[in-house]
Amino acid sequence: MDTVLIVKAIIVIAIFAISMLMALYETYAERVIAAFIQDRVGPDRAGPFGLLQPLADGGKLFFKEDFIPTKADKWLFILGPAVAMSTALLSSAVIPFGDTIIVAGQKIDVQGMDVNIGILWIFGIVSLGVYGILIGGWASNNKYSLYGAIRAASQTISYELAMGISLLAIILMTGSLSVKSIVLGQHGIDWNIFYQPMGFLLFLTCSLAECNRTPFDLPESENELVAGYHTEYGSMKMGLYLFSEYVNMFISSAVLASLYLGGFNYPGMDFVYSKLVGSFGEVTGHNLATALGTLTLFLKIFFFIFLFMWIRWTLPRFRYDQLMNVAWKWMMPVAIVNLIITAAAELSGKPLLYNWVGLAIFGAIYFGLFPIFKKKTVSAN
Amino acid sequence: MTLTNRSRKTDNSELSIVENTYFPGIFKGMGVTIKHFFSKKATIRYPEQKRYLGPVFRGHHILKRDEQGRERCTACGLCAVACPAEAISMVAAERVKGEEKLYREEKYAASYEINMLRCIFCGLCEEACPKEAVYLRHDKFVPVFTSRDQVIYGKDQLVEDMNDRYLRDAWTKEDMAKLWIKQ
Repeated sequence: MDTVLIVKAIIVIAIFAISMLMALYETYAERVIAAFIQDRVGPDRAGPFGLLQPLADGGKLFFKEDFIPTKADKWLFILGPAVAMSTALLSSAVIPFGDTIIVAGQKIDVQGMDVNIGILWIFGIVSLGVYGILIGGWASNNKYSLYGAIRAASQTISYELAMGISLLAIILMTGSLSVKSIVLGQHGIDWNIFYQPMGFLLFLTCSLAECNRTPFDLPESENELVAGYHTEYGSMKMGLYLFSEYVNMFISSAVLASLYLGGFNYPGMDFVYSKLVGSFGEVTGHNLATALGTLTLFLKIFFFIFLFMWIRWTLPRFRYDQLMNVAWKWMMPVAIVNLIITAAAELSGKPLLYNWVGLAIFGAIYFGLFPIFKKKTVSAN
Repeated sequence: MTLTNRSRKTDNSELSIVENTYFPGIFKGMGVTIKHFFSKKATIRYPEQKRYLGPVFRGHHILKRDEQGRERCTACGLCAVACPAEAISMVAAERVKGEEKLYREEKYAASYEINMLRCIFCGLCEEACPKEAVYLRHDKFVPVFTSRDQVIYGKDQLVEDMNDRYLRDAWTKEDMAKLWIKQ
């Protein structure tokens, strides 16, 4: 029991450290990717290739004046960034970063905890995350901050619906709320994205909105609201907000990879597993295979982080009415249609085939029949 | 009238049902950005990489010597008069016997000073000089100074070194055109 506890503690601390490290280097990656897309070279002065730049930025944030406006609610003002950061870090607890490792004859999950409602845990924590922004923006006693906070709240609420419904389709397929069993259900290359292409697109869009990233960065749109909810923040409080955004991005990428791209599964994993066990023995081989799986998961996470940044430096921001239109008039209905198609496909017994058939029928109706109706209404006018 | 054929008319027509999903636009935009991601970068990393500024760049001053290594300057003072910033001052002296190898004419500048805090690098001294003695180099900057006693440049910093003579890359329009073709 003691070894299990110690190994678990090590895994939890490692996940915490990795989330922080990822957030640190996401800031660097963001700047470099932005620079490359704009034909520049980006930060390259601090250390080789500018790799020490995040440390320099962090040091700068620590030495800046920690300012609290006189009219601000002092305790809520301090609580805001704390809530944002802690909720961002909490949600990584249920993400399986690997299969199992064998230590002293016991199989231990490479995961903070394997709760049977894992995905609900993530959703609960992510919904709490908006409180950090809301409290911070409200406590600042500044109209721009308040606008940012309100926008963040309404946006998160709107997009959580479509996200939840597209997730329901996944739960329908797996029959479990545990993230671990969802990942284990996608063995090899049997990934959910092949069953749920539309659900994947919906979930991707919604996670962009949940992370408050462009094209959904209305809460902190600098050309409308100064800096949105963190207008009044400076020093490390501001740093915590920015940091929590990047941690959220890492977690969203991990969730996306686990739910749709098969987490730590990769094609040919059984073959690799048997080879490794054959040449290194039962224990070492198993642990090496798990490490390979973790590496695959991280490659997928890097891919999503790159995708998020790529999207950020490509697309302009939505207008507020467009944001709400997309959420309520497009993504919600499409998510519901997706759920119905998945349910029918699951009942048919051949989910892969009938999911695509269902999507094809939906596409044909939408793109084929709707324009005819539209023309009629136009001519009637 | 159109000057180029690059301008495009604004399309105000309603979006079609496919365009309304935003996907064609998004994929097009992502294609543009990924193309730039892998393209050559425009940045010049300055202190390590320097780009050629052209033969007419006005940089560090130089007092030329002639082919035999004699100073050309005769301390006539025209450069000091032409200088709009009054940065140049000089003291004239008469050449004595035995100094024919050092100075070209009977009068020379015993001291010639340019105050680099005042100099605006306009090049009027170069234009005013009747003896083709003072030039602004195209290939060398006046370095950054950090204290006032580094500011006044005397003859020791200005007179040309015969082992490392200064040559301008192009003097005429034709030379210039050739230089551009070569670049």
